[in-house]
Amino acid sequence: MSFQFDQELDCSGLACPMPILKTKKAVDALQTGQVLKMVATDPGAVPDVQAWTSKTGQELLGHEQDGPKFTFYIKKIK
Amino acid sequence: MSKRLAIISTHGSLDAAYPPLILATAAVAMDMEAAIFFTFYGLEIIKKGNADKLQVSPIANPAMPQPIPGISVPNIIGVLPGMTAVATNMMNGWMKKANVAKLSELLNMAQELDVRMIACQMSMDVMGIKKEELIDSVEVAGAAAFLEYASDDAIALSF
Repeated sequence: MSFQFDQELDCSGLACPMPILKTKKAVDALQTGQVLKMVATDPGAVPDVQAWTSKTGQELLGHEQDGPKFTFYIKKIK
Repeated sequence: MSKRLAIISTHGSLDAAYPPLILATAAVAMDMEAAIFFTFYGLEIIKKGNADKLQVSPIANPAMPQPIPGISVPNIIGVLPGMTAVATNMMNGWMKKANVAKLSELLNMAQELDVRMIACQMSMDVMGIKKEELIDSVEVAGAAAFLEYASDDAIALSF
C-alpha cells in the first residue's frame, strides 16, 4: 500500500506519546488536503494513530507494517 | 464529549511524574485542553532544572522489577543507603532502553503545547518553595482555580 504524500515524518525509536505529539505538529503545518507519511517503530502507535485521527477528525488513509516499521498516511481534512 | 482534562499531580517520584505529563500533552495533541495542578511533592516536577533529577524508591514498592531477573531481593534491602540511587539508575536505564522521552522533554512539550500548569500556593507555603524556583510558564493559584477549570465538564484524574 502506498499513497502520494506531501510531507514525511520519521518517529522511529520514539515511545508514547512522542509519535502522536510530533504527528500533531506535522499535520498542523500541512495545508488542508495534503498528506503526511509518518513512520514509527512503537507498536502502540497503531491504535494511537487510529484514536488520534478519529478524535481530531483527520483521515487515516491507510497504514502498513514492514518488519519493525509502521507507516501511516494521514490526510489533513481540517 | 469532554474536551478538557484536569489532572492533579501529588507525587514527586520519577515514575509518578510521567503519567500527568504524558496524558496532558497527548490530550492537547487530540484537540483537548489540559491543566495539571501540582501540589505537595508534585511541585518537584516543575522546579527549574529538577525534572530529570527525580528519583524512585524501592522501599514499599514491591512491584518494581528485580535488578537481576530470577533472583529475588527482599524489599527490606531498599532501606540500605544508596538503594534509592540504585533503583533510580535502574529505572532511568529501562526508560532509555524503551526510548521513553526524558521528563524534561515532556515538560518542554507541555509548555510548547500550552498545557496549563498550576502550582498550589498552599503547598508552596508549606514547603517553602518560591515562584522563582519554578519553571516560568507556571501560574500559582489555589483549589478554587483548579476546580473552576475542572467544573467545566472536564475529565479529572489524580496521580
